[in-house]
Amino acid sequence: MGSSVPYALTLLIPVLLAASGVSVAVAQEPSPALAAKAARAEQVSEIKLGYLRAYAPELALSVLDVPPRDEGVAGAKVGVGDNNTTGTFLGQKFTLDLSEIKPEADAVPAFSAMVSKGALYILADLSATQLLSIADIARDKGVLIFNVGATDDRLREEECRANVFHTAPTRTMLADGLAQYLVWKQWRRWVLVRGSHEPDRLFADALRRASTRFGGEIIAEKEFTDTGTARRTDTGVVQIQRQMPVFTQAFPDHDVLLVADESEVFGTYVPFRTWIPRPVAGTAGLIPSAWHPASEQWGGTQIQNRFAKANGRRMLSKDMAAWTAARIIGEAATRTQSADPETLAAYIRSDDFSIAAFKGQKLTFRKWNWQLRQPIFLGDGRSVVSTSPQEGFLHQFSELDTLGVDQPETKCALTAP
Amino acid sequence: MLQRLTFLSAGFAIVASIASPASAYMVYVSNEKDNTVTVVDSTRKEVVRTINVGQRPRGITISHDGKFIYLCASDDDTIEIIDTATYEIVGSLPSGPDPELFVLSPDGKTLYVANEDDNLVTVIDLESKSVVTEVPVGVEPEGMGISPDGKWLVNTSETTNMAHFIDTATHEITDNVLVDSRPRFAEFKPDNSEVWVSAEIGGTVSVIDNASREVKHKITFEIPGLRSESIQPVGVRITADGAKAYVALGPANRVAVVDAKTYEVEKYVLVGQRVWQLAFTPDQKTIISTNGVSNDITFIDVATDEAIQSVTVGALPWGVVVHPN
Repeated sequence: MGSSVPYALTLLIPVLLAASGVSVAVAQEPSPALAAKAARAEQVSEIKLGYLRAYAPELALSVLDVPPRDEGVAGAKVGVGDNNTTGTFLGQKFTLDLSEIKPEADAVPAFSAMVSKGALYILADLSATQLLSIADIARDKGVLIFNVGATDDRLREEECRANVFHTAPTRTMLADGLAQYLVWKQWRRWVLVRGSHEPDRLFADALRRASTRFGGEIIAEKEFTDTGTARRTDTGVVQIQRQMPVFTQAFPDHDVLLVADESEVFGTYVPFRTWIPRPVAGTAGLIPSAWHPASEQWGGTQIQNRFAKANGRRMLSKDMAAWTAARIIGEAATRTQSADPETLAAYIRSDDFSIAAFKGQKLTFRKWNWQLRQPIFLGDGRSVVSTSPQEGFLHQFSELDTLGVDQPETKCALTAP
Repeated sequence: MLQRLTFLSAGFAIVASIASPASAYMVYVSNEKDNTVTVVDSTRKEVVRTINVGQRPRGITISHDGKFIYLCASDDDTIEIIDTATYEIVGSLPSGPDPELFVLSPDGKTLYVANEDDNLVTVIDLESKSVVTEVPVGVEPEGMGISPDGKWLVNTSETTNMAHFIDTATHEITDNVLVDSRPRFAEFKPDNSEVWVSAEIGGTVSVIDNASREVKHKITFEIPGLRSESIQPVGVRITADGAKAYVALGPANRVAVVDAKTYEVEKYVLVGQRVWQLAFTPDQKTIISTNGVSNDITFIDVATDEAIQSVTVGALPWGVVVHPN
């Protein structure tokens, strides 16, 4: 087990209240008619969230893409802060405990330690294997898991679990969001360069699936093999400039060059360096994501400002997945007036549940695998280019279900929770 | 100086009233994206003036005597005061950070402001232009409604999903009523009996009983051919006789007409794209909608509930207020 850095989130709220000269007690002083409501508010119940994270410093081809140290965690903190503001009116207090392990480490000891300290809601930013290692233990202990990091489809398909909610989108949702836009643009002929690592292969699979779903065509494909050299500094700009055109020279003519390089081996080096001038999309160029740091639509400015003020940086996709998970727990606690995981889970699983997350419409869960439905942002690193689902991609139930594996195709067979 | 300005503005007001027909009202529209306020003549339905204002203008209201427009310049963290006689910015109010929407007390003396970034409602005394107090509320406060008797202020918080009832005598919250997701607007009935709260993402309008502070009814909307997700209620206005309500439905591009007694939706009026806020003309014969994405406003005839005409204004029209006389 790696380093463990537990801490309780310091509540900003009382500080804010004190600064404004109005105390919570005064704000909630009951008038006789309201005594019953206020009495309920006086009994503060505590709802403990845990954030279990596999972390190691990561390299990136561009220094701008190196993940911030607190990626994801920062979003959870803002979400817990928001929950606490609401909690002051309802007598609920939310805390966040953080534990970090190494990417290949056994997740069970850190998980068990968090649960033994009272955290019954675990936000997990773990590999699929690590997540599965704790899922069934969590079920037996009555603990709810919110997957904020892993995009693996198998966690929602063959390996789905009734006690694991996914706020992170899947690779198929991301690929479908991108493919819909390219097809809407009538850019239907694609070539694909995929990396040689497992995540790259999985994203390439998702892109291939998307092409057949929406009427695109991958007319050629090539693997960019990771030869294990240092990524950022060894070849230098001159070598990349000469090698990438040659690498893409043999492709037949195409509309778009797709890149599947989650492992950050070559993707950033593709745009502007191809043999023929073509747009690049996938993990480089036009990138599908759960959130974009420049999104200002649908009240986005507000969460972006709040996040930037609290963390001194822009909000990224994993931050949004974690914020949304924290808010889902908060929303369920508010609506049910409860801190009990079973009660909250029942509400989250009910038809009444929805969550607002600055994406222009309410988000709900797919009941067959507990994946959060959500629009996918398409951005170029500077701005949001578009948001999928695209106009014209219809669905009998929810247009958001045109993204990713839909109910008729699912391999998930959940037994009743 | 202030006296001279008042005198000047009175002079201009007389000239203006002679120049235009008796039933013409000036309509003021805040344009969020191009930092302007558009002035539209309600009779000719033409733009008569464009005023350059501060950054990201959103909430807009007017003093009861019609002399001053108050405008939330959200990104400038201030409320600008615009003289309606000269269309000059003649002052500002200490709004607190990121003011989005506000409401004027019925006696015209106090302005209640929602500070979206700081989870506060700021109470401003207009005569002294000073902050009386700040009231901590839920996350992302926006909607502001005041009871016609002036006793109760309702603020809605968009992420907390509550309507906070604030006693205007003590500035204390007495009730927090849960409503549906992203409550955007609060509007009292003229008889103080109910407050209507729209929920943009929830897609509903909650009717809250002002005596029991319970949600007594939830109004839902269904438009054939439209997904329920695209029906996003924002602005709400109720006629002075308390009979009819109008609800702006955002990307549904329609304004719903609701029987304010039975809560039945009677009609959907097609206006422009992404309709957010609404304002009546003082004679209540017309209601005007701001249509953010199509950059226009639509005049709706209150007698027939037909859209009469749309007028192009600035970029991303947000709020609208009509001169009281």
